[in-house]
Amino acid sequence: MTRISVTVDGVLYEEEVEPRLLLVHFLRDRLGKTGTPIGCDTTNCGACTVHLDGRSVKSCSVLAVQADGSQVLTIEGLASNGSLHPMQQAFHEEHALQCGYCTPGMILAAIDLVKDDPDPTDEAIRDGLEGNLCRCTGYCNIVRAVRRGAQEMAVTHD
Amino acid sequence: MIPASFDYIRPVSIDEAAHVLGNAGDEAKVLAGGQSLLPLLRLRLAYPTTLVDVGRLEELRGIRDEGDHLFIGAMTTHDEVMRAGAIREHAPLLALAAATVADPAVRHRGTFGGSLAHGDPAGDLPAVARALDAQFVIRSMEGERSVGAADFFVDYLETALGPGDLLVGVRVPKLGQGWGFHYEKFRRTAQAWAIVAVAAAVRRDNGVIQEARVGLTNMGTTPVRATAVENAVRGAAVDNGGLREAANEADDGTEPPSDLHAKPDYRRHLARVLTFRALTLATPTPPPA
Amino acid sequence: MTEVGTARKRKEDGRLITGRTQWTDNLQLPGMLHVAFLRSPMAHARISRVDVSGALGRPGVIAAFSGQDFAAEQGSLPCAWPVTEDIVIPDHPPMAFEEVRYVGEAVACVIATDRYKAADALEAIEIDYEPLEPVLDMEEALTDASPKVHAAGNKSFTWKFAQGDIDAAFADAPVVIDRTYIQQRLIPTAMEPRAVVAQTDGDMFTLHSATQIPHVLRVMLAVVTGIPEHKLRVIAPDVGGGFGSKLQVTAEEVLALLIARRLGKPVKWTESRSEGNLTVHHGRDQIQHIQLAATQDGVIKGLKVDLLADMGAYLMLVTPGIPLLGAFMYNGIYKMDALDFTCTGVFTTKMPTDAYRGAGRPEATYAIERAMDELAVEIGIDPLEARRRNWIRHEEFPYTTIAGLTYDSGNYEAATDKALALFGYDKLRVEQADRRERNDAVQLGIGISTYTEMCGLAPSRVLGSLRYGAGGWEHAQVRLLPTGKAEVITGTSPHGQGHETAWSQIAADALGVPFEDVTVIHGDTMTAPKGMDTYGSRSLVVGGVAVRKASERLVDKARQLAAHMMECSPDDLDFANGAFTVKGTETAKTIQEVAFAGFASHNLPDGAEYDLDASATIDPENFSYPHGTHLCAVEVDTETGFVKIRSYVAVDDVGHVINPLIVEGQVHGGIAQGIAQALYEEAVYDAEGNLLTTTMADYLLPSAADLPDFVTDRTETPATSNPLGVKGVGEAGTIASTPAVVNAIVDALRPRGVRDVQMPCTPERVWRALQ
Repeated sequence: MTRISVTVDGVLYEEEVEPRLLLVHFLRDRLGKTGTPIGCDTTNCGACTVHLDGRSVKSCSVLAVQADGSQVLTIEGLASNGSLHPMQQAFHEEHALQCGYCTPGMILAAIDLVKDDPDPTDEAIRDGLEGNLCRCTGYCNIVRAVRRGAQEMAVTHD
Repeated sequence: MIPASFDYIRPVSIDEAAHVLGNAGDEAKVLAGGQSLLPLLRLRLAYPTTLVDVGRLEELRGIRDEGDHLFIGAMTTHDEVMRAGAIREHAPLLALAAATVADPAVRHRGTFGGSLAHGDPAGDLPAVARALDAQFVIRSMEGERSVGAADFFVDYLETALGPGDLLVGVRVPKLGQGWGFHYEKFRRTAQAWAIVAVAAAVRRDNGVIQEARVGLTNMGTTPVRATAVENAVRGAAVDNGGLREAANEADDGTEPPSDLHAKPDYRRHLARVLTFRALTLATPTPPPA
Repeated sequence: MTEVGTARKRKEDGRLITGRTQWTDNLQLPGMLHVAFLRSPMAHARISRVDVSGALGRPGVIAAFSGQDFAAEQGSLPCAWPVTEDIVIPDHPPMAFEEVRYVGEAVACVIATDRYKAADALEAIEIDYEPLEPVLDMEEALTDASPKVHAAGNKSFTWKFAQGDIDAAFADAPVVIDRTYIQQRLIPTAMEPRAVVAQTDGDMFTLHSATQIPHVLRVMLAVVTGIPEHKLRVIAPDVGGGFGSKLQVTAEEVLALLIARRLGKPVKWTESRSEGNLTVHHGRDQIQHIQLAATQDGVIKGLKVDLLADMGAYLMLVTPGIPLLGAFMYNGIYKMDALDFTCTGVFTTKMPTDAYRGAGRPEATYAIERAMDELAVEIGIDPLEARRRNWIRHEEFPYTTIAGLTYDSGNYEAATDKALALFGYDKLRVEQADRRERNDAVQLGIGISTYTEMCGLAPSRVLGSLRYGAGGWEHAQVRLLPTGKAEVITGTSPHGQGHETAWSQIAADALGVPFEDVTVIHGDTMTAPKGMDTYGSRSLVVGGVAVRKASERLVDKARQLAAHMMECSPDDLDFANGAFTVKGTETAKTIQEVAFAGFASHNLPDGAEYDLDASATIDPENFSYPHGTHLCAVEVDTETGFVKIRSYVAVDDVGHVINPLIVEGQVHGGIAQGIAQALYEEAVYDAEGNLLTTTMADYLLPSAADLPDFVTDRTETPATSNPLGVKGVGEAGTIASTPAVVNAIVDALRPRGVRDVQMPCTPERVWRALQ
């Protein structure tokens, strides 16, 4: 067992973990943060995307021990003071989700994308989300939502 | 799926890492970003007894300009490689290829050295390393040694790295003026592995190709250098059929794999087509007179 | 009366965008144990020895079982659709104990304190197999020389259907199009992998499952496990997509219940994606031989269809019925004199097939829409013109097709005209001609699909006549609470379709209460006890209509009470905007006031009970028939074979629309899945029967980067078969888009001698077609 200390959604956790414990299982099974789902074994689907020290990563392909000392942001920590993050709001407004299983990862990937490219073209949005698979929406409304979320994020930051 | 148990060691220096690896035996694996290794562990296709996590060694991270070459620390992420000013200036082919690796989240975790050390001929960076004649800097308890790209990639998922070896970084020679670059990657979907890809660097002068470097992804058990193309293209005029003729040598001497997505004859064909495209797009356009 | 038709943002979204979800795998119960299954690595073998003892004594291991341990109690997984009298339905043990018949079949299991320990202990189980010959090719499987999947042979059934004089139609027909198409095997790949949690207090059992069919599942599990139906509660919490793959009674659901019963502890099983690719039922997998007879003018006379449908190793819930759902759609939107359909179900040593989005209808639509293009080429006319010459004209509705279905409404001309305008058809044809002229390396192709489908499964009497085991009704209950809020209890079981929103809209209008004042309860056999669940684009057409009818009945009850309150006759009351008004006066009571008066019950009519609940069960008289025209333009790189979709236009007619936002979303997603069949997806088995596409690195799904923006629009020809005028939209996009894409690819390459490319049209296949 290895002792780790990880801050998740602003809360510090100190836990003993097996080295093989995946970050996503640490979040879900140990911390009860079940907002982050698992969709595959091979880093392809992106459902488990979280931010690790500010950058999007696939939490099924990170060991919990690798996150020792790090900051993790999950979908559960995105809304602040009861108000949705602009990207969450945009996904709602644009009907960018159906079953919602890919949505946490999609939203966190989108926020990361907008950090790099605050005013992305549709093409940049599509390319930037290549690692997040959705089976319901055909992506059209996701692209619209990310565009809208980016605009709202720009306003919020000004 | 769930990895089998292993011990975990996180050394705090290269020296310690070399020491740990030297004493750990055959079944120890270096853990870098984990983007290739973790899926293998989860599918239980690999059973290391010990993971030596070097992902946080700052000594292994970053890009240094060392005069006639760049030194790229093994733990530099793909994301950092594709954005680094020094790489974009002196080895843009690396940035172009790194930008096509997997997807953004994987590029945030996955490392330059980890990807090369994995030795997957379908990976994007090995062919570029071959094309650019990169030198691999390896540490072990015995000391440091340097291996050229031609010797580094030994076989499918097999490199010159033995047990006890740690890839510290890669020296990438700077190419001088007059070079252009292109990485032409052919895949079925955006995040899929390359069926075939071509890394090309071309130096042009007076409407003539003076020199070219061509590396092939996924055309054999290792990344391949298309020397026949390089020889054929030297001296070719840009605007007659010289490039296409040279590109037709692309599959010369290759033994492309057969898998779900392509049979060898199709890969050979693709290598020729993509090499022509890569050469064309890499060839610098002369400044307007 | 303003909710229906409004683009309401979804009620479901709040929890989904904040991570406050209730996926089955989220569930943690005190003392809960984790199940892991060992799965056969052999496609076909006799199990000669299983020794689970090695797993016992491993850390955290509570129990380990082999198939033999369950043999006496596990029963056989059900097939509810014996399509013919002489169909062969083999025993289907949830855990194999004598013979394995596909790679991935469960052969043993471990129950441990956490999922990691359970996975570890699987490796300590020893099994010896005596290999048997795999059976992988349907045509070979039907030969005498083939090894047998089951003792009774490899043929499950042959089902025939004939209308009109097919011999007359083909006799002297100047044009006969004769083609064979392959519907490749697909893996449905809902984003949420399956998960099951079973618990018991010794008497009562509760099963949480990522299922589309909690109600059907409860009945079936009661039959299979012997747990009395009234002692079994099935809950479908948040379910992350289904597309037919969660329309199933699975081995893991049965076994989880048996294990919970044995151990007296709650148990959870969650599949990994690679486990899911092996063992979630697959879709499609048919060989379609289609022959179309026509006049020299391209007027269709008759159609012969001969199908081989791969059942896989066993018949699951509706496996044999899937191709039959297409049987009546091969004629599509076209008139003809005769139809002759034969389907043979074949056993192979592969994962069983079953419903996947569209289920039989995409296959039918693909074949006829591909053949229509071939007909056009054969007689030298534009493919649109070939369709126009044969389709049912709008003034001919209602129209009884050669398959015997009565299409109640439609307007193919209007949808097509709209699509053509949005697409810029003529301009693209000019560009295509130019590229052909220049012999450009990138060729342009235009694909058309004018589809219809049958939705709203289904009239129970029709299902009965097709030997399906259950009916096709749907149930709703509506309750008016004391404070005037409403609860809608529905038998549909949404997993992404937005029923909480759409049913609220329907009920809000009918009851005259605000949209926000309606809550929709679903997916739990205890709280929503009657239902037939969600599949086959049935939920709105059957279940939504039930909500409307129950709401109307509730209003009728409230009217009685309101009349009593206002001392008038019920007939003297108008009901509008949630208020009962005495005709010609200002005297009124809101429905909320009536609700509270009922609750208080101080002044009910003599002999009346407080009763502001109402139920309705709808059994549709007919299917509904959405239709539309999809147009696809592709650019084909003739040097590499790579296909890029340049533009895609879909004009669908799904009748009246409850929520345009949801409809558009369904169309988008459906198109993407249909494109994925055309270009990317295929479950591939090797010569030993191993599945090669066990991960998403091998089974390719399109990402946002691989697809274009879709241009969608609608025409609106109301269904006449239900009071909402709705037709259903869940499968339309998938049914329409696959042939549109492949028609476009073939259109691009036809001058170079290509007349078919097998799906998925990978770059390699396209390139080979050009050689």
